Amino acid sequence: MITPGNAIAFTIALPLVGCLIIWLLDKKPNLREAATLATGWLLLILSVIVFMAVGEGHRPGYQFFEVIDGLPLAFRAEPLGAMFGVIASGLWLVNSVYSIGYMRGGNEKHQTRFYMSFAVAISAAMGVAYSANLFTLFIFYEVLTLSTFPLVTHKGDANAARGGRVYLGVLMATSIGLLLPAIVWTYAITETTDFTVGGILAMHVDAAGPIVGVLLGLYAFGIGKAALMPMHPWLPNAMVAPTPVSAFLHAVAVVKAGVFSILKIVVYIFGIDLLKDTGASIPFMWIAAISILLASAIAMHKDNLKARLAYSTVSQLSYVTLGAMLATSMGVMGGATQIAAHALGKMTLFMCAGAIYVAHHKTLISEMRGLGRKMPWTFGAFFIGAMSIIGLPPLAGSWPKFFLMLGAADAGQLAIIIILMISSIMNVVYLLSIPVQAFYMNPAEEGEKAQGAGGKGIDWGNLSEAPILCLAPPLFTAAGAFVLFFLADDLHTYLLPLIGGG
Amino acid sequence: MNMIAQLPVLPVIVPLVLAPITLLLPKGRAPHLYATFVSWATFAACIFLLREVAEAGVLSYHLGDWAPPLGIEYRVDLANALVLVLVSGIAAVVFPFAYRSVQLEIDKHQSPFFYGALLICMTGLLGVTITGDAFNVFVFLEISSLSTYALIAMGARRDRRALTASFNYLVMGTIGATFFVIGIGLLYQATGTLNMADLHDRLAGQNSRVIDAGFAFILVGIGLKLAMFPMHLWLPNAYTYAPSAVSAFLAATATKVAVYVLIRFLFTVFGFDFAFLGAAFTWVLLPLGLAGMFVASLVAVFQEDVKRMLAYSSVGQIGYMLLGLSFATVEGVSASLVHVVNHALMKGALFMAVACVVLRAGSHSIHAFAGLSKRMPYTTWAFLISGLSLIGVPLTVGFVSKWYLLTAAFAAGHWYAGFLIVASSLIALLYIGRVAEVMLLREPATEGKYVIAKQDAPLSMLIPMWILVAANIYFGVNTDLTGDLARRAAEALMLTAGAG
Repeated sequence: MITPGNAIAFTIALPLVGCLIIWLLDKKPNLREAATLATGWLLLILSVIVFMAVGEGHRPGYQFFEVIDGLPLAFRAEPLGAMFGVIASGLWLVNSVYSIGYMRGGNEKHQTRFYMSFAVAISAAMGVAYSANLFTLFIFYEVLTLSTFPLVTHKGDANAARGGRVYLGVLMATSIGLLLPAIVWTYAITETTDFTVGGILAMHVDAAGPIVGVLLGLYAFGIGKAALMPMHPWLPNAMVAPTPVSAFLHAVAVVKAGVFSILKIVVYIFGIDLLKDTGASIPFMWIAAISILLASAIAMHKDNLKARLAYSTVSQLSYVTLGAMLATSMGVMGGATQIAAHALGKMTLFMCAGAIYVAHHKTLISEMRGLGRKMPWTFGAFFIGAMSIIGLPPLAGSWPKFFLMLGAADAGQLAIIIILMISSIMNVVYLLSIPVQAFYMNPAEEGEKAQGAGGKGIDWGNLSEAPILCLAPPLFTAAGAFVLFFLADDLHTYLLPLIGGG
Repeated sequence: MNMIAQLPVLPVIVPLVLAPITLLLPKGRAPHLYATFVSWATFAACIFLLREVAEAGVLSYHLGDWAPPLGIEYRVDLANALVLVLVSGIAAVVFPFAYRSVQLEIDKHQSPFFYGALLICMTGLLGVTITGDAFNVFVFLEISSLSTYALIAMGARRDRRALTASFNYLVMGTIGATFFVIGIGLLYQATGTLNMADLHDRLAGQNSRVIDAGFAFILVGIGLKLAMFPMHLWLPNAYTYAPSAVSAFLAATATKVAVYVLIRFLFTVFGFDFAFLGAAFTWVLLPLGLAGMFVASLVAVFQEDVKRMLAYSSVGQIGYMLLGLSFATVEGVSASLVHVVNHALMKGALFMAVACVVLRAGSHSIHAFAGLSKRMPYTTWAFLISGLSLIGVPLTVGFVSKWYLLTAAFAAGHWYAGFLIVASSLIALLYIGRVAEVMLLREPATEGKYVIAKQDAPLSMLIPMWILVAANIYFGVNTDLTGDLARRAAEALMLTAGAG
């Protein structure tokens, strides 16, 4: 009988078993991929079991063992983590399908190592999602960093080495240099690292009061995966990885593990009330706001599609940080829903970028003019993903913006509302322009003779789309962004306990 | 006569009596097998001893039935039982490991001398650890040092610079030992006893220039032996040019035993009654520990020779141990003790990995590591995992050490030291990362002197090395043994030192 508590343990262990099986099936690619998909399905089922149990008000937990006295490797699902768990495991399954298409389509080397690393990474992501204390969170956070390093440097050339150096350098330096001392400091003050409703530091105001700002800074910058500027350079550098890695890890698992950690720490370690009373989060709210605008500005003049998406991700991640730092219930709700909405939207965009690369080997946006007529499905999905990121209804991305604006109003920060609006306009400019150019403009080389002709229509009988395995996943996630818009109320109710309601 | 009563003397007497027999054995395999057997027997004795001490408390053994303080006393408490198990345990994996490496690096006709000297070196280190007599510490220190000089000099067959390295160490080591024995002499002058526990009793309440001078001499003498920054200059060359197996053994044991001796003298012999102790913590151990952590680690980043890089890293890591001591709290001392054990595990494994590379590539230059993951995957992974442990990544012993040190620093109110500890770990990330990148992402050499065949190290080396790597992980997730024992040992030490 699988209880929700056991299910948590299995979500950590199962991908590791999967990793082993993938290794054993090194020479049989079809069985190897079957192992990945089977693991993906089982993982999704397990995380849904946990999700349902949490929805019924349970808080299933599992403890492995104590590493150091009083510091167990322990898990306990709560709404935010259960949501992140379902997103991560569900999108891993989608991404696995996509990876098969992409890796085979591109005839990539070292595919076994690729799938093995992916399996370890998802195990670590689940560990982060369900961690019951900071100590466990930190352990899996680091495993996630290390297990994704072989994926980032997959190509093995000088470029990959340089990207990998920045990736590992920034993530390890911030986590060991800032996050670890922050955790130990918290432990020294509170003698626990358990995530507790209301916040453990809020219970030790006497000792923690004077240094709340310092600690918050250590966490905000120490969690490099949240890519709060200036700790973001690892993310654009991680784009040397194959696209499925960027799509899943650098739009979903790794970056969301970062902002998820920030949100979780703000809610369960500090407690929003503590931040509101001390005002310690105000400077970081502004840093997040600047991060949103600055990253969008950089994204605007990137011609490489993946680089533009990477900076867009930096910008969008700071929405979550901003939500946390607003220190209002609605801000937290906005940040939490942004985790789900942005995951669907940005993954769609990345998978489209990969599909374009597989089908036409194009990476620069300027080369994609007119391509929409050859790949209408891909660019259609891109269009929906972009609209969701911008925050247009009826797509999931509109809700987080709505909640964040409410949160900013609650906090009395009207300037933040304006910044959110400016950001959406910038998103329109640099994201929507891509499918618009692809559909309405002519390819560069034909540009002169067809000038003024307004372009040809779509020749439906003669498309050149990516293989179905690369095409179906982005369409699926784009549809997901649409469906999630209508489920927003359920999601909101589900997440209510996070802000003390429900 | 029951064996339990004789147990405390076994770790010293067994190898001491059996070691000379090595010289009578035929050259080649026999001395190696024999020495391996002796090291295992010693390890077994040490484990029994640790179990006995953990259950029954402090054991005292009177050599030749002469009662202390006149006779020599072997006194085993948790602190030194832990170090005994560590030293003999490292020996028990290094001896089987050494065969192929020694076969390559040392003349066959020297092999009996080599294994004999290594056994004597181990005996000396065990003797230093076990004895409760201050002068006896000096005697065993010299036994281990003299054999170490010989062992390092045996590296001369591959690189003549081993001779100057050995001579340099001989000069510095002798100066250190001389300072140490002068210090002991001064204490004897003031108290009329050499037994540590007795010294502690008689020093209590005394306050004179003689004792102050004795303390200073002892601190400097041990400081030289444990390569306390800036008295570390003998160490990098000695570790670099010594035969690979010797480097692995020394890096994991010699400085650790010296750290133990420092702990023993600071807390058991002097204790907090001694007015100078606080000043020594604040003005000597704390700043020198921090300086070592940064200067030596930074120097390590710029080394082209991986063995030398690891040697400088060792000097930096000793800084952590001194830092832990300088907090003068139970947490600090137990962090130090834990790091003594943990650092031995990681450095032992790292130096063993280098020994495997030397066996196949004939060099310990960083260029020999190019593309190693494609040539020697098991060695590469052993290096990587123990390297991650050195950086302090979770699920390894290095993380446990960091955690204990950090909590000790924050609990003692030295929060700035906490940040310096992690900053120094980041330097470790730099120098380990540099080698890791070369191993993983550089293509193997296709011409020149660093070409390696695709063949990993032999099993006789891989198995011992991976035992240490496994220990790095095991004690990284389960600190019942290391953490708890270290804490109890630290509590006992602080109690005798008269804290609180």
